[in-house]
Amino acid sequence: MINKIIGSAAEAVSEIHNGATVMIGGFGEAGSPIELIHALIDHGVNNLTVVSNNTGSGHVGLAALIENKQVKKMICSFPRTANSTVFPELYRNGEIELELVPQGTLAERIRAGGAGIPAFYTATSVNTPLAIGKESRLFNEQEYVLEFGIKADFSLVKCDKADRYGNLIYHATARNFGPIMCTAAKTSIIQAKTIIEAGEIDPEIVVTPGIFVNKVVEISNPTEESKLVAEEKKYPW
Amino acid sequence: MVNTNNNIGWSRTEMAKKVAIDIPNGSYVNLGIGIPEMVADFVPDGREVIYQTENGLLGMGKVPEKENEDPELINAGKKCVTSIPGASYFHHADSFTMIRGGHIDICVLGAMQVSKHGDLANWSTGAKDAIPAVGGAMDLVAGVKRIFVITQHNTKKGDPKIVEKCSFPLTGKGVVERIYTNLAILEVSEDGLFVKELAPNVSFEYLEQRTGTTLKQYAETQV
Repeated sequence: MINKIIGSAAEAVSEIHNGATVMIGGFGEAGSPIELIHALIDHGVNNLTVVSNNTGSGHVGLAALIENKQVKKMICSFPRTANSTVFPELYRNGEIELELVPQGTLAERIRAGGAGIPAFYTATSVNTPLAIGKESRLFNEQEYVLEFGIKADFSLVKCDKADRYGNLIYHATARNFGPIMCTAAKTSIIQAKTIIEAGEIDPEIVVTPGIFVNKVVEISNPTEESKLVAEEKKYPW
Repeated sequence: MVNTNNNIGWSRTEMAKKVAIDIPNGSYVNLGIGIPEMVADFVPDGREVIYQTENGLLGMGKVPEKENEDPELINAGKKCVTSIPGASYFHHADSFTMIRGGHIDICVLGAMQVSKHGDLANWSTGAKDAIPAVGGAMDLVAGVKRIFVITQHNTKKGDPKIVEKCSFPLTGKGVVERIYTNLAILEVSEDGLFVKELAPNVSFEYLEQRTGTTLKQYAETQV
């Protein structure tokens, strides 16, 4: 019997190794798999390359992973956020690398990685500093730059409901990078608010089909990042 | 000495109203953070406009009451919003397919600088110690059919934001169609930067003084 359900967040992230590339879902706190990130902090590996749209807030979740010096490089579109001090400080001190990618290019690079497409051309960033050093080509007299697909060793994603096959549905704008990150990682690790019986999600509305998912852990009362930030909480507690 | 009196011209609200009037019925629109967000409050009666927010919602509605806020239902500025009946959620690759694939009709963005050729700079001052952050701005200007900029005409220091050539790093080249400022509405064309409308009590000469490039007047410009 196929059963991708794992008993704990600690067990779910236990295979993540030093130097791994890890995609982490979320746009700000919406969709950020904070319990999986905290489990990764407890797990303690380092030299990670993290692909995520932002760099976290306060001293919890992704910001705490960065503050704990586990991340060598960030690939993201918007490393500045309200209450984001951890990344800017390390970046100014030269202690963390940044690959800045336009948000749509980041999404498409992840989608391409998951779809077996090594590279593609896009008009985004043409004539800007972010196109410097990139191969470009004219199609129909318009210039496009070459961008490469991104693959990861692991992805950490939050969803609303999952079943034992790994079929997922999401909640509102927390979906953001989740579905594409599940496709682009060798091992996709999901924290689901609720695990339900196979068959309870109408096949017509499955967002992420289970083939893209490897491990699911139920976190029924996920913490809200903004509340932790407001309370000035710091992880590890 | 340039007069830096900020009491003349349009307020932020009036600027947002001016943009709202120019958005056709049935448009799919992406609004940037800041003054652009206010445009949604002034859609004229009888028109229906659908707002896309690039983090994954088509059919963005009003800001909710505090007790109805959902931290997982937010806009691109990470503020809580609502979804209208008939809205849809989608992942980022689909969201940017809408944007980069030319499916969004109008994007209203803020600016640090706009050149007379419609070059836009709105993501970085290029300062050495700045943390670069670009978000979806480059995707929007590369893919959306029409780009409207809404901005104060001058910086807080009084420097022009409408310039001959942008000194800040570009977001996109030749992408802006219209510029709505507190002093005027400007249109970018191959023949130059034209004044479409002047704000109350703003003369063409005054506008020129506050602008870092040459302006042209339409014969029918409203004064």
